[in-house]
Amino acid sequence: MKQLLILSGKGGTGKTTVASAFIKLAGAKAYADCDVDAPNLHLVMKHKSDVKKTDYMGLPKAAIDPCLCRGCGICMTNCRFDAIRYSEENGYSVDLFACEGCSVCEALCPAHAVSMNPAAAGELRLYRNDSVFSTAQLKMGSGTSGKLVTEVKNQLKEAAEGIDLAIIDGSPGIGCPVIASLSGVDMVLIVAEPSISGISDMERIINTADKFQVKTAVCINKYNTNLLNSEKIIRYCQKHNIPYSGRIPYDKKAIEAINNGLSIVEIDCSSGEAVKSVYRNTIKLLEGGTLC
Amino acid sequence: MKIAVLSGKGGTGKTLVSVNLAFVAGHSVYIDCDVEEPNGHLFFKPRDVKTDNVSVLIPSVDEKVCKGCRKCVDFCKFNALAYIKNRLYVFDEICHSCGGCILLCPRNALSETPRKIGAVKKGISDQVAVITGVLNPGEASGVPIIKSLLDSCDADAPYIFIDCPPGSACIVMESIKDADYCVLVAEPTIFGVHNLAMVHELVRIFEKPHGVILNKCFDGFNPAEQFCLDNKIRILGKIPFNNELGSANSDAKIVSKEINAYHELFSGLLTAIRQEAQHEAITNT
Repeated sequence: MKQLLILSGKGGTGKTTVASAFIKLAGAKAYADCDVDAPNLHLVMKHKSDVKKTDYMGLPKAAIDPCLCRGCGICMTNCRFDAIRYSEENGYSVDLFACEGCSVCEALCPAHAVSMNPAAAGELRLYRNDSVFSTAQLKMGSGTSGKLVTEVKNQLKEAAEGIDLAIIDGSPGIGCPVIASLSGVDMVLIVAEPSISGISDMERIINTADKFQVKTAVCINKYNTNLLNSEKIIRYCQKHNIPYSGRIPYDKKAIEAINNGLSIVEIDCSSGEAVKSVYRNTIKLLEGGTLC
Repeated sequence: MKIAVLSGKGGTGKTLVSVNLAFVAGHSVYIDCDVEEPNGHLFFKPRDVKTDNVSVLIPSVDEKVCKGCRKCVDFCKFNALAYIKNRLYVFDEICHSCGGCILLCPRNALSETPRKIGAVKKGISDQVAVITGVLNPGEASGVPIIKSLLDSCDADAPYIFIDCPPGSACIVMESIKDADYCVLVAEPTIFGVHNLAMVHELVRIFEKPHGVILNKCFDGFNPAEQFCLDNKIRILGKIPFNNELGSANSDAKIVSKEINAYHELFSGLLTAIRQEAQHEAITNT
């Protein structure tokens, strides 16, 4: 299965808009939303099947039994995550948001008052009939989003056996969820935005993908909001030998489409027209071809 | 007063709002906690920038002392250690620096060495102290950088603005932990609303007083506004969609410095935030 991942570095450049258009254009039988912090693809991909939900278990979290605790404070001194609190009233207790589940407190407690308890850190969701859609939602304030991204991709791979193309919507940034989403993909399409911020962020995500030796291509969204900056992006791609797969204009109708739960290729609009050639070029690159 | 600006969804205008609020506030501190993609400095172009590296502590093994008991390997919940062919290996990138392996090694064969993951940069732009966190590409977690950002700021400044990363995960939680007031920036799309609902839940869990700025407003129905009305969330103000604003912002210009009307708009928003925050502080005491 060839996997195409859509990333951007900067948020709000149009990853989900482009991903949902590509899914429609390809008639993709397999797709996933790896933006587990703020998933949105399901809002425009109305999958007609029941959803299978599975709890995603993060690392177990510590709990202190007040009856056993002797109040020595060794747990608090040794916790690197400031997750142990103390109050006159309640003695020592665990801040579940701060606890990362390392178990140091459990190992050190002389009174064996600390136990590690299973904790759900999110929820995996799988939609499946003639196509497969894998997504998830991380629990508020949780860590380990990288691991959940890996689970989303494993769920997709298992359910989509024999399918030749998967389109994956990624998350903004360059940190753990993005790094986890990069693993095993055949190509990354970066949706860049012609702003000074967008260009800076594009360079950082290209460097990150480069570190993990994943092939990248770039397209520009809302190119006509700043033509000079769009030129800069194209020149950057030429200079660094990164394939440029086209541009999409800013289009108020795109917002209308999204707000009606549709992708931009499902209505008649200029952005929907433009994304078609971006799609063709990207697929050509994904299959090992070159653009002239 | 510490004001955190967050949004859930990326690209809704967190940096636009926090940069301009800091600019109109005058004597203030701007902290960029979006360490994966920091952009505020592109607007402020601070001078006299001083850089401090941020490191995390990673175990390293003295091979002459290690006897291969594997206590550390068995203990590590993050699978950051492995003992293969008579040698202990440490996988730096997945280590959470909990220090457990060091505490448990019966032979004291492990010690901690710092590993650089990014930097904190401090500079000045007019009256605004600009503090930026930068995570190095390839590194997984920016949380240690955010901790050192928030520790390093001058608490005496009348206003501290915290530009948060997108999402609602641990890194956002860390950014808003010490905030006195949270400003949620929302755009009028169903994506914007869905992610606004998430950060709204987050600020409620942390019992932070909060209000919403509606950005990129058009005429007609605004799903984000409807969400605020349905959930009785205070709307601090609206920023209309405007080509001139978009264009200046995309060239990394501070719009309230360039265009008088935006100076007024952001000054008005700052007043609204100050009044709300003071009102909350009084009602809570």
